Amino acid sequence: MINEFNGTSSNSSPVNVGPDERTISLVAGVVLILLGLAKRNLWSLPAIALGTKMLYRGATGHSPIYSLLKLNTAVSTHPEAVSVPHQQGVHVVKAITIQRSIEDLYQYWRNLENLPHIMGHLESVKVIDVQRSHWVAKAPAGLSVEWDAEIVNDIPNEVIAWRSVENAQIANAGSVRFKPAPNNRGVEVKVTLEYVPPAGNIGVAIAKLFGEEPAQQTADGLRRFKQVMEVGEVTTIEGQSSGRK
Amino acid sequence: MRAVTWQGPNKVTVENVPDPTLLNQHDAIIKVRLTSICGSDLHLYDGFVPSMLPGDIIGHEFMGEVVAIGKSVRKLKIGDRVVVSSIIGCGKCWFCEQALWSLCDNSNPNNGLEAMYGYTTSGIFGYSHLFGGYAGSHAEYIRVPFADQVAFVVPENLSDEQTLFVSDAFPTGYQAALFCDIHPGDTVAVWGAGAVGLFAMRSAYMLGAEKVIAIDRFPERLEHARVNGHAVATLDYTETDVIDALKELTGGRGPDSCIDAVGMEAHAGGLPGMYDKVKQSMRVETDRPHVLRQAIQACRKGGTFSIIGVYAGLVDKLNMGAAFNKGLTFRMGQMHGPSLIPDLLGRVERGEIDPSFAITHRMSLEQASEGYETFKHKNEQCLRVVFQP
Repeated sequence: MINEFNGTSSNSSPVNVGPDERTISLVAGVVLILLGLAKRNLWSLPAIALGTKMLYRGATGHSPIYSLLKLNTAVSTHPEAVSVPHQQGVHVVKAITIQRSIEDLYQYWRNLENLPHIMGHLESVKVIDVQRSHWVAKAPAGLSVEWDAEIVNDIPNEVIAWRSVENAQIANAGSVRFKPAPNNRGVEVKVTLEYVPPAGNIGVAIAKLFGEEPAQQTADGLRRFKQVMEVGEVTTIEGQSSGRK
Repeated sequence: MRAVTWQGPNKVTVENVPDPTLLNQHDAIIKVRLTSICGSDLHLYDGFVPSMLPGDIIGHEFMGEVVAIGKSVRKLKIGDRVVVSSIIGCGKCWFCEQALWSLCDNSNPNNGLEAMYGYTTSGIFGYSHLFGGYAGSHAEYIRVPFADQVAFVVPENLSDEQTLFVSDAFPTGYQAALFCDIHPGDTVAVWGAGAVGLFAMRSAYMLGAEKVIAIDRFPERLEHARVNGHAVATLDYTETDVIDALKELTGGRGPDSCIDAVGMEAHAGGLPGMYDKVKQSMRVETDRPHVLRQAIQACRKGGTFSIIGVYAGLVDKLNMGAAFNKGLTFRMGQMHGPSLIPDLLGRVERGEIDPSFAITHRMSLEQASEGYETFKHKNEQCLRVVFQP
């Protein structure tokens, strides 16, 4: 969890294991440790290790593995009609610092049709009017998903925020914020993306197996954005020679 | 064109591959005139650097002639004879502006290092996909990205052989000496009398060192240290207690600075040597840290430890207490080539050093496999193999 004392704070809680699971973890942890201590054989050390982890999970309500998979069984879905229900989608925050004027960075991003050039998972974005746009993204196994989005906040050189309109295949929302870095070290660009994947949280886990990892995609996208803004194009080795047949 | 490709541990082959083309606007294509095998290429050859793919073209130390330039190349012209920094930097990001070129934000197209190191560092020619996956220089032609930043025109009166090592070995040794923050009267101890170690010794003198002491185990390399590194004393670590000897040679104070020009595949005798060799071969420990351990012990109180030999990952059993309580300063990293090369070319031109002393073997590309084996096993007193494609 990040507490940044400038009015914004991350809302992710370290507790991501539900109460029933915590009890089961506590009991299982104790049993495993006792078994491990009783039977001094090949399996006793791994049993103690696993038992300790379960105990930790039960006692703290935090599972590092759930964190990794962005799963959370501690919060139930709120029924309110928002684009992304509270704490139930994929939530990605990535930041990068770029040496370029804040105006240039904002302008590039405000033309949403530029985004597929830097965000590898986007096939295309077509601007419909000042507010609305049509997005096509690549999905696992060669499929694609499409949705319409609208800009919900636009303060020049500061922030752009968008969200999908009703009945989108993937309910999603995002924002990009621009802030001068200290002592003229460029501009801090922070992107927040939230979405509910097609098949729920399992969909994300599967997507990771296919390499379509949203946090990585966003980080890679920001690196490409920085390359375009600092050196004028995306740095590549695609198409170079090798001895591979 | 013909190119040397990595096929797996201890296996390189020479293949016909497509000629390189301009991929980015800031690229140039260089016809390679000379390229050498560097000690760090042996880490690839031995299979200790992850993310190598069979078919990758290797090699990162080279000089040659510009035969094509991209649209946004301004300084270089076709026909220029250039020496190229093995480390690739964009010249535009904050790190390049601070002359920390090997930490460039934009020259590595692959972000895989973030998972291993927290942040991704610069691209390096022919040095695995984690370091950008750029095709290397053991080939007839090579694509050079950010050409205006990393390629430097060679003065006409200097030969190809005199300038080749300004690409990598000389700036790497010079960087090691810079890390030492040398003061008048300083003694610098250098572990490893390969080309980089030898250039570190000469660079230490250029930056004001009083005495240089060399540590290695091969008689011919210790002789190089005396003749070409100008070392005032040489130590064979298989015969001498290095820490005692260094004390004796420095009036009991210890060297003011220690340079590790060996890196992750250091050799050591006895039980500790066996221990690290077994762990490294089982991939439990990626790097063998003998030089680190010895230098931390040997360095004088408040001294500087400069690490220029390559490390890739995890090491075991470092005496952090010694480093801490003696108040050592650690400086380390890949060299920042483009900020060093113009000065080093000047030093070669003024006759302060002739780097071609490091060449012991001249071969054609077709002899690549023989070249790697000769260099790896230091056969025929090999110090450096140079290919003329």
